[in-house]
Amino acid sequence: MTDTTVKLSSAAIRRRMLAEFWYHFRQNRGAVAGLAVFICLVIMAVFAPLIAPHNPAAQFRDALLVPPVWQEGGRAEFLLGTDAVGRDMLSRLIFGAQYSLFIGVVVVSIALSGGIVIGLVAGFFGGWVDAVIMRVMDVILAFPSLLLALVLVAVLGPGLTNAMIAIAIVYQPHFARLTRAAVMGEKRREYVTAAQVAGAGNMRLMFRTILPNCLAPLIVQATLSFSSAVLDAAALGFLGMGAQPPASEWGTMLAEAREFILRAWWVVTFPGLAILVSVLAINLMGDGLRDALDPKLKKS
Amino acid sequence: MIRFFLTKLLYLVPTFLGITIIAFGFVRVLPGDPVLLMAGERGLSPERHAELAAQLGFDRPLWQQYLDFLGRLLHGDLGNSLVTKKPVLTEFLALFPATLELAFVAIVIATVIGVPVGVLAAIKRGSWFDQISMTVALVGFSMPIFWWGLLLIIFFSGTLGWTPVSGRISLMYFFPPVTGFMLIDSLLSGQKGAFASAVSHLILPSIVLATIPLAVIARQTRSAMLEVMGEDYVRTAKAKGLPFRRVVMVHALRNAMIPVITTIGLQVGVLMAGAILTETIFSWPGIGKWMIDSISRRDYPVVQSGLLLIAGLVMIVNLLVDLTYGLINPRIRRR
Repeated sequence: MTDTTVKLSSAAIRRRMLAEFWYHFRQNRGAVAGLAVFICLVIMAVFAPLIAPHNPAAQFRDALLVPPVWQEGGRAEFLLGTDAVGRDMLSRLIFGAQYSLFIGVVVVSIALSGGIVIGLVAGFFGGWVDAVIMRVMDVILAFPSLLLALVLVAVLGPGLTNAMIAIAIVYQPHFARLTRAAVMGEKRREYVTAAQVAGAGNMRLMFRTILPNCLAPLIVQATLSFSSAVLDAAALGFLGMGAQPPASEWGTMLAEAREFILRAWWVVTFPGLAILVSVLAINLMGDGLRDALDPKLKKS
Repeated sequence: MIRFFLTKLLYLVPTFLGITIIAFGFVRVLPGDPVLLMAGERGLSPERHAELAAQLGFDRPLWQQYLDFLGRLLHGDLGNSLVTKKPVLTEFLALFPATLELAFVAIVIATVIGVPVGVLAAIKRGSWFDQISMTVALVGFSMPIFWWGLLLIIFFSGTLGWTPVSGRISLMYFFPPVTGFMLIDSLLSGQKGAFASAVSHLILPSIVLATIPLAVIARQTRSAMLEVMGEDYVRTAKAKGLPFRRVVMVHALRNAMIPVITTIGLQVGVLMAGAILTETIFSWPGIGKWMIDSISRRDYPVVQSGLLLIAGLVMIVNLLVDLTYGLINPRIRRR
């Protein structure tokens, strides 16, 4: 390393990194579009009680399976129609965004923090600790994720909380593997040896010295896991193992709508569209993040 | 090569043991009395309870129970279903061809479309074809396939009336299973229209199941091709004046296929997870629907052994993929 060092305050460094990141991220139009949609989703979820025209649980008995407003028989008060018990589709979809974002945040937080700790320990200590931990991760990865999540929910009992725990357990090995690989690459570097010589303990070495330099792949994986979590939670809801009715979770809404597929297209179409749009937006963001954060992966 | 094979095989032993521990532990951590769960009887007298506990081995220490479990497993005894009373293995083998047929057709669709699309997108990088196909691929990758299946049913079965909604073949046709694969059996039966009926039943589920693998394969092929197209040997081939077609098909594609084959192999797990959803939507009588039904019926012996069989299957396929990888890429073997 022959770079001349210029001393910058840590705030200035952070600003520069952010600016550089945004410069690369902006190049990818899809990623920017994904970010815009994602921000809209967050706004929708946070301000759901203000935006939604009706209470998502209110049943309008005089308005069962009313079609969307532009179709014959549609009513202006129910823009996207109503479901089989007369609940406003639009309001339920808006409140559903809360579920999806909440699921994504919880699953990724659990999987990420668990995976980081496990991966750091495995990568840092190596030897038999590493061998044992990684074999356990291999076992979890040997199961198709949805199947393992289903069985875990069967053990824990159906419900949103258990579905989130199950999905987080299933995703956690991906983070553990990534962290371990990054740690193994970093721990022989000079700055780690320097910190060690300066008397840093194992905890400090792991979390303060090495971890910050392993974050890029983890952030990318976190984004991808966020979208998979939304998908898997919806799938569990659809199979009756996730959020339980009358929750306005999109997958659960689809499960309830199944019997009307040939009679009322709107009760089936809109919840799925909401899932697709959110997952797509997050995946677009993930692609952009990967390109911006990880120059090694930036091949295409 | 043999050494490579044996190392890979050796690595599987702890993983397989881990899978058996999870399947074994699953019943023990379920809330409720494992004897009642596994025996599926209600209102047991204490004597009957003790008898069943002894019969099922729950009265012995845990490690002994586990060894018994492993022993039975090695003898091919996976227990009996609580609902049908039939051996789990028999049920699995009867239903497996349906899932295999569906998954096989899906992966063929995904590969036959995905690889050419990925290659074209790579050689026409930046063109409208590249942009549109990669956008569609990302949409496919983000697709909630259970919803996608419902949409296809609404359109093709509901509006157009082209395809049936569920099952593997019309009830009009009946023939004993020979291979278990409806496409083959319907041909063998010689009944008029049976094959067409089997195809029309298979088409929507296989499209649904193929969606995510197709998107993954197209994206992976494109990026592998882009990488290879920048290599020196491709430049040399171009400089030699070889026709572009030959450069792409022989020099680039053959090398780009190495990661793509791995990707295709790794779709097995995706296919199994997808089969659970696809089979549920289309009432396809395969192991995905079997697992879901067993979970909701609390048929725990089936869930336990089904979990084991499916994970074992995925593990073996992944091993085969690893070996193929070693065969087509000699650099891996030497490491």
